[in-house]
Amino acid sequence: MPNKTFFWFFLPTGLAMILFIGLPIISTGIQSFYAQHDQVVKEVKKCDPFGCTVSIVVDNELTTKLREDKPLGKFNGFGTYVDRNHLAIDEIKKFWNETENFGAFVDQVTNLPFYKALIFTLTYCLFVTPNVLLLGFIIALSLNAVARKIRGPLIFGTILPMIVTPLVGSLVLFWMIDSQGIIGANIQNLMNDPYLSLKSSKTLTWITIIIYGIWHHSPFAFVVFYAALQTVPQEPVEAAIIDGASRFQRIKHIVLPHIYPVVTFVALISLMDNFRVFEPIIGFSAEGSAQSLSWLIYDNLVNEEVILFGSAAATSMMTIVGIAILLAPVLIRTWKEFKTAR
Amino acid sequence: MRKILVTLLFLLFGTSAFADCNIKSGSINILANDFPALRTFVETSKQCKGSADFKVTHSSEHNKIAVPALTANPSEFSARIAANSSIVPLMNQDLIRPLDDLVKKYGKGIQDSQLITIDGKVMAVAFMANTQHLYYREDVLKDLGIAVPKTYEEVVAASEKIRASGKMQYPYAAAYKAGWNLAEEFVNMFIGHGGEFFKAGGAQPNINNAKGVATLNMLKKLSELSNPDYLTHDSEAIKVEWESGNVALMTLWASRSGTLLDDEGDPNITKATKLTGPATVGGGNIPAATLWWDGFTLAKNRSDADAEATFRALAHAASNKKMVADAADQAVWLVEGFVPGPKSIGVIEAVKMGAKPYPMLPQMGLMHGALGSEIVEFLQGKESAEQALKDVEAAYISKAKEQGFL
Repeated sequence: MPNKTFFWFFLPTGLAMILFIGLPIISTGIQSFYAQHDQVVKEVKKCDPFGCTVSIVVDNELTTKLREDKPLGKFNGFGTYVDRNHLAIDEIKKFWNETENFGAFVDQVTNLPFYKALIFTLTYCLFVTPNVLLLGFIIALSLNAVARKIRGPLIFGTILPMIVTPLVGSLVLFWMIDSQGIIGANIQNLMNDPYLSLKSSKTLTWITIIIYGIWHHSPFAFVVFYAALQTVPQEPVEAAIIDGASRFQRIKHIVLPHIYPVVTFVALISLMDNFRVFEPIIGFSAEGSAQSLSWLIYDNLVNEEVILFGSAAATSMMTIVGIAILLAPVLIRTWKEFKTAR
Repeated sequence: MRKILVTLLFLLFGTSAFADCNIKSGSINILANDFPALRTFVETSKQCKGSADFKVTHSSEHNKIAVPALTANPSEFSARIAANSSIVPLMNQDLIRPLDDLVKKYGKGIQDSQLITIDGKVMAVAFMANTQHLYYREDVLKDLGIAVPKTYEEVVAASEKIRASGKMQYPYAAAYKAGWNLAEEFVNMFIGHGGEFFKAGGAQPNINNAKGVATLNMLKKLSELSNPDYLTHDSEAIKVEWESGNVALMTLWASRSGTLLDDEGDPNITKATKLTGPATVGGGNIPAATLWWDGFTLAKNRSDADAEATFRALAHAASNKKMVADAADQAVWLVEGFVPGPKSIGVIEAVKMGAKPYPMLPQMGLMHGALGSEIVEFLQGKESAEQALKDVEAAYISKAKEQGFL
């Protein structure tokens, strides 16, 4: 495609991306450097049906004036980024000086909200992404081998987990693993421990969410791999059969190299998706045991009666940076291949 | 057929007969939490909407919608049914209007005790009171010869006895869902221990002390007697547990007693379900519970005509003797003419025992939020009480600094 055609072709999409993705990100970035003005409070008498007390309220007149002068708030620089609820630089320094051994230091650091969330998010990514790739590939291979007649219904059944809304899917599983649900009760019987609960144990909650993640994301990998398998040329495969190559050898030396670019693509998309894990935490009511970076943003925006825009913005920016770091190796590799291909 | 027709006609005239507020214009749009008493209240106000446009949103997610929706100009809602805690963010952002003129003009039936005044200005009109108190299964306690518990120490002892008898595995229940609910339980228990959340005259936290530790230890003891999934159980979930007969002692909102004691579910359990006042803790005199009011507030960013129409409709309900007589079971109404029934025992006992209202402070929401996420690990046995309280204070301080309170 000539560059000029490409430009006109891309223009509408590009404009929409700048308008709906680029500008909001810039605005979020700016917001993250600001904090609220100092609250002006005054003592007043408050009366309700249970009696009167003297207590404090925000002085609205003075606050309104402050806000009109500087609507963005008080400039805070990287203040929000380094506070305890985010990167917690000061706290980490303190822990490093105070703790005796490395284990205690790690314990202290992973107790900080941002690092707690980061660790869950990374664990989720590291377990879900490879398993999704593997499972998707195996399903695609098996379905590619069954008779054409029953393939249609099988494919439909396989992509069901993707069709089911994430929240609904997780809620169904949530009720099944309840200590009185079908899975939860059976596990209790099996382990002979009436106090065993998948929902109260942190490890078991993590495992549940990871299994759910694999279940939910595999169909996507499967669909893409299945499409790619249709393009594998038959001649080399037949030649390999004549040469006496086993099924495993054929897959390793012919199929995999052929669909390799697709694998990279699926890995990239899965990583990005998994880094933003959010719905299962809400669906499983797992806020107590598992928090992800996206959940932290949500928490800052809606769970408090006071909305923390600065905090949410800072976490958003760090999530973007996190995704960029995670994707960097794959992107660099793709770029190199693209260059050598030319 | 004729019977139905007559009934319908009766209903038609019956309702229109007393519901004439003569509202000629304006539009009314109400945001409210979702429980039976509030539905009754809003329905009653609808009866007198006249020719005004009337809309209502009942949602348990009301807290998340309120501030953004009322910040818009004109605001999406003309009225918000708020409580002690949820009025604070509206006050902080200056989103609700003083009601003095409207009360003078249209608030004839409203009692003075219903008015929430802040700095001399009426900011809300309360119509019901609420608290969390104890529910117990009379049959189970009687069988085992246990007296009705008056303190949380007795609740623990009673629950242990029930568990030991083999009748129930998890005899106690309370809404311990991580987040708002769990934090609310901490607030109750901490106040029961005589704690103050902030150092006098400021926004510095004051929970990392002996009272805080005692509070956490009591919460932990109770959680060990609850269903192991307690961290995912909200009020609705423990209500279901109760109705399935798995629980003999429970701390739950008074406003839920109506649905607990209705005709649905096992009649034997319903019959044996009894209400009593909130428990005290740690030898304290005041109950480990907070008093709440529910009342209506009017949006500032909305035309005066809409505010007037909305106020007249809501004031009609907030002074409606027929409503409080018909729905006496649903809530403890603060409206004139309310005769407390057996389902109001919890709130009335709480008031008698001198329970404190939920603290209406600008920074309390941040403290509540920090509590909801930071004490979970203590309950799971992953960290000490002191560490958990230290975490709560640190999380709160960061947030309060960002919000300009410190």
